[in-house]
Amino acid sequence: MKALALLVVVITGVMLIYAGQDLPPFGDPNTDMYQHRMTQRFIECSDTESGVPNIVTALLANYRGYDTLGETTVIFTAGMAVMLLLRRRET
Amino acid sequence: MSRIQESVIIRTVVRIMVPFIELFALYVIMHGSSGPGGGFQGGVIFGAAIILYAMIYGIAEGKKKMSDALDKILASTGLTIYAGTGLLCLFFGGMFLQYGAVPLLPDNPAKVAALLIDLVEIGIGTTVAAVMISLFFDVSPPESEEGELPGYEGVD
Repeated sequence: MKALALLVVVITGVMLIYAGQDLPPFGDPNTDMYQHRMTQRFIECSDTESGVPNIVTALLANYRGYDTLGETTVIFTAGMAVMLLLRRRET
Repeated sequence: MSRIQESVIIRTVVRIMVPFIELFALYVIMHGSSGPGGGFQGGVIFGAAIILYAMIYGIAEGKKKMSDALDKILASTGLTIYAGTGLLCLFFGGMFLQYGAVPLLPDNPAKVAALLIDLVEIGIGTTVAAVMISLFFDVSPPESEEGELPGYEGVD
């Protein structure tokens, strides 16, 4: 059983390393992702439109604020569900 | 009480560190608009500070600092702050979560958006911190009322 688990881990690791060769170089500004016009749009306009210098926060809380509201609701709902299922009564 | 909880060094270090961890959490939340950080990260750090305190000083002592009732109130308050900010924009004639519509500074809607983003981050941080603490107390063992964590026996 241990050998099987080791085999699975090794195969997964080899697959990940093989797939990782296709990733664009880290921080290279000439990749497709950075040359996309949405990326250029956010880099140029997010500071003046949202008022925050951090582009990640501008996207998270302003452009995709509705999505982040849903994420917070998911965390809240998960916490309440665990509380209802696992919390012991004091009686 | 397990040996790790009796250690004077650990008890003293935790007592000194917890306020600084909480302060750092507030810094991460408020720094989210201008650098790395944000409500999710800061909330988890704040929750970790209370969890660390409860692990060393006992669950009962931790619940004195953050009771179950306060947990529930804070978790829902954070979400209400977030949704309330969205409804505030709706109230002033904008779209849901269109921060610039709030006429706080009529000549500078981007500044209003930055302020309301900070408010939203505070809401996220409150919910995440309360939920993290509540999860820790929910899975804590029943005999831990005397301040014992079974997983830590025999650890020096």
